[in-house]
Amino acid sequence: MIPETGHFALILALMVALVQATVPMIGASRGDRAWMDLARPAAFAQFALVAIAFGALVTCYVTSDFSVLNVAQNSHTDKPLLYKVSGVWGNHEGSMLLWVFILGLYGMAVAAAGGNLPPALRARALAIQAMIAIGFILFILLTSNPFARLDPAPFNGNGLNPLLQDPGLAFHPPMLYLGYVGFSMAFSFAIAALIEGRVDAAWARWVRPWSLLAWCSLTLGIGLGSWWAYYTLGWGGWWYWDPVENASFMPWLAGTALLHSSIVVEKRDTLKAWTILLAIITFSLSLLGTFLVRSGVLTSVHSFASDPARGVFVLALLVVVTGGSLTLFAFRASALKGGGLFAPISREGSLLLNNVLMSTGAGTVLLGTLYPLFTDALNLGKVSVGPPFFNSVFLPLMVPMVVTMAIGPLLQWKRGDLAGALSRLKVAFAATVAVAVATWLLAGGAAGPLWAAGGLGLAAWLFVGTLIEWAERVRLGRCSFGEFLQRCRHLPRSAYGMTITHAGLALVIVGITGSTAWKTEHIQVMHPGQTVDVAGYQVTLDGTQDNIPGPNYTALRATFTARKDGKLIAVMNPEKRQYTMPPRPTTDAAIHTNLIGDLYVVIGDPDGAGGFVTRLYYNPLVPWIFLGTVIMVGGGLVSLTDRRYRVGAPLRTARAVAAAARA
Amino acid sequence: MRRWTVALPLAVFFVLVGFFIWRLDLMEHGDMPNIIPSVMINKPVPNFDLPPLLLDKAGLKSSDLRGQVTLVNFFASWCIPCREEHPLLNGIGEKVRLVGIVYKDTPEQARAYLTRLGDPYKALGIINSNLDPKDPKSQVGIDFGVTGVPESFLVDKQGVIRFKQIGPFTPTDIKTKLLPLVAELNK
Amino acid sequence: MIAKKLFAAIVLMAVAVGPAWAVQPNEMLKDPKLEGRARELSKDLRCLVCQNESIDDSDADLAHDLRVLLRQRLQAGDTDAQAKQYLVDRYGDYVLLKPPFKTSTLVLWLGPFAFLLVGAGIAAAYYRRRTATAVAADPAVAPLSEAESRRLAALLEDDKKS
Repeated sequence: MIPETGHFALILALMVALVQATVPMIGASRGDRAWMDLARPAAFAQFALVAIAFGALVTCYVTSDFSVLNVAQNSHTDKPLLYKVSGVWGNHEGSMLLWVFILGLYGMAVAAAGGNLPPALRARALAIQAMIAIGFILFILLTSNPFARLDPAPFNGNGLNPLLQDPGLAFHPPMLYLGYVGFSMAFSFAIAALIEGRVDAAWARWVRPWSLLAWCSLTLGIGLGSWWAYYTLGWGGWWYWDPVENASFMPWLAGTALLHSSIVVEKRDTLKAWTILLAIITFSLSLLGTFLVRSGVLTSVHSFASDPARGVFVLALLVVVTGGSLTLFAFRASALKGGGLFAPISREGSLLLNNVLMSTGAGTVLLGTLYPLFTDALNLGKVSVGPPFFNSVFLPLMVPMVVTMAIGPLLQWKRGDLAGALSRLKVAFAATVAVAVATWLLAGGAAGPLWAAGGLGLAAWLFVGTLIEWAERVRLGRCSFGEFLQRCRHLPRSAYGMTITHAGLALVIVGITGSTAWKTEHIQVMHPGQTVDVAGYQVTLDGTQDNIPGPNYTALRATFTARKDGKLIAVMNPEKRQYTMPPRPTTDAAIHTNLIGDLYVVIGDPDGAGGFVTRLYYNPLVPWIFLGTVIMVGGGLVSLTDRRYRVGAPLRTARAVAAAARA
Repeated sequence: MRRWTVALPLAVFFVLVGFFIWRLDLMEHGDMPNIIPSVMINKPVPNFDLPPLLLDKAGLKSSDLRGQVTLVNFFASWCIPCREEHPLLNGIGEKVRLVGIVYKDTPEQARAYLTRLGDPYKALGIINSNLDPKDPKSQVGIDFGVTGVPESFLVDKQGVIRFKQIGPFTPTDIKTKLLPLVAELNK
Repeated sequence: MIAKKLFAAIVLMAVAVGPAWAVQPNEMLKDPKLEGRARELSKDLRCLVCQNESIDDSDADLAHDLRVLLRQRLQAGDTDAQAKQYLVDRYGDYVLLKPPFKTSTLVLWLGPFAFLLVGAGIAAAYYRRRTATAVAADPAVAPLSEAESRRLAALLEDDKKS
């Protein structure tokens, strides 16, 4: 009964979405308030129905109802509860339902929090949300029904890939989707604005919280995935430039550009067409990612049951959404008249430069990801585009961007004073040189990688430059302590958000540089009692114990002790697990971190003579990557609490604008 | 923005869509993106000399592949797609000379496999180990550019590779690709 | 076929995914310098049967073979380029994770720079046109004369001091 209820609720949600997509849209063009206002209850109803459908599937998983095909294929009674629930989105059908659920959640949030929006804009935006929902619900109902029954029901299910039975990965997809789908809000507002032909500062303020929320979620989602890859895959890598990773990284780049360009719209009432285009592109790249991942047109390690029929459907959806919106853009963008002027050297100018570099970055990732497809189609042969390409092309692009990140915030709006900004960055420049030289000397001079000195120097530049900007705004050390505190209190949260996020990125850069430049690795056969020196640690294999039972696996557990100068630092227990359902081996690395670096220990196969293959790594500064990511997300959240975005604030602005227009 | 600039994103998008449609269409016909064409086409077969698998049958060396159009089939007893392909190979012997190379398999198991499923091969060589620097025989697969089994190479009378099948043959593959090419090479 | 690094869970289906065992101790060369070269090289070479991994990361049989082969070539005195070419001769450019710079990859390698130029060009055109139209539409916002600029700078300076 429960799966049928879910299925039925989903069909009803489709009906509601059909109404929500049409009636308010017509109402908005006719100026009929009652028709427009239908959007809000419809959004609530749609969310409630989708939530019932989603809840039904979760219930099927939790109660292990194997008469549901999807549950039988992806779950097992022995799984811990967390992974029964996360199993819902560990497969194609369920993950699409999660997508629709989050889409409904955002729609409802806009309906609930959007009391201050102009009714026509709200009606149109919610109608466009509903159109997207129609596409995805149809996709689920027609090609990927998670509620399909299986008769006879098997006694138990096939289980979930053990690599996915992990807390990091349990929350990774929901965060990613909160990001992807969150950008649909910016998209819907952009289309609504295009239809209305009006984009102004108030519009930018309405959109910004949604983009910020989406950005925070996406950043966290990517970070979680990367962290998971780092600690599960057993060799300490955290980014592989695989098409599927790129699929999540491209919307991130475009979304980051969008956040920055919308600041210009908000503050200076210009760059409007470009911001609208970015909103379209960001969401389109999310959809494109979905297409690439589910159609199988690219070769990725994340191979999944690739199904051309599904691919065709998502492609059709992409053509309607992206093709339709870009067509609308082509016709209407010229009507968006820009406002304030600015010089290339100015705050806006630096934000525009950021946009150019970010977009180039996104374009580069797109080109690299799709290039094998292009050459294949044009009969130029099959090529591989892997990490060495992206590292050598993408990273240099990001250098000028990071350099600008420290300078831009110090420039005035309209027309800035570059020499002045640079002179205020003297301390940052000194720090950069000091860090770079120190790195170069400590890392062994000419023998060490020179670019590592550059990387750390760049991080120092960004970090110190960001702090200088903050210090100047609060007049740190230039006024009485009381005034300083007062200024700290009055500085807008969005300013803190920027400072925190930029500083977080500096930490990420440190982590990337350090872990790439100075990673050490020791692969060998070790016998119990044997000790290996790893980056100053003496790591001893004390022994191993076989056949340790887990909830749904048995493990070979090794005990290592790490000592430094004879002092015990850590006892580490990496495991090699054999899962029962599905039968598959995994490694469980043991990681000891002191926040400067990770000692990373993996136990491998026995050599048949009492020894074991062991892999011992020292990954310097890796924790900084994840710490920096969390700080970046924190900065985004702080910015989200800025009073400008709280309920009511935009209303006052809108009234003021309206009053000014009347006057 | 000017008219043509605002239409640019749309144009780029439709070019992308064109590529995607092309790819999806190929996939509908079973051509997956991970199938890699061989660079060995139109190159002479690499030099090799493999020991016989069965005592009453010759081993295989590169000079055996001259003078007659020959299909070289790499297979193994542990390979499930090979089992699917095998009945087709059993019937192919009249149309083209078929020889086999057992890939990373033990002689015992390969023999058992042929006893059970039939032996259509005119000659059979064996590579019985992973790549071993001390054993040049183990490198024959790499020299052919083999990525896995089953894979088959069609060699013309001059000993030049003309066609490579990655994965098992299907009846359609044999009818539409292999046999027409054999007929042409036999002219 | 066991692939390793999966990441976005959107796709997580019946995937042949296992942890990486990759390089085994018995494959490694005694000479650390030669082994180091082999490691670096194998990071740039694709494991052909495992979708999108380097042979350094993959535990597939073929990857093992290619790692051993690569070391064999290096021991035989091949340069890095020769060793790579040896594999390209057998498996094509597909085996290189960093595609070589040639006609078919021109767009790939130059594309990013083209993007940057186009972006910079659009931005430059934007600045030019905006200034031009603003001046044409409204003589009141004509660029400041030199005297006016100096006066403005002085005013701003005063502003800062106060």
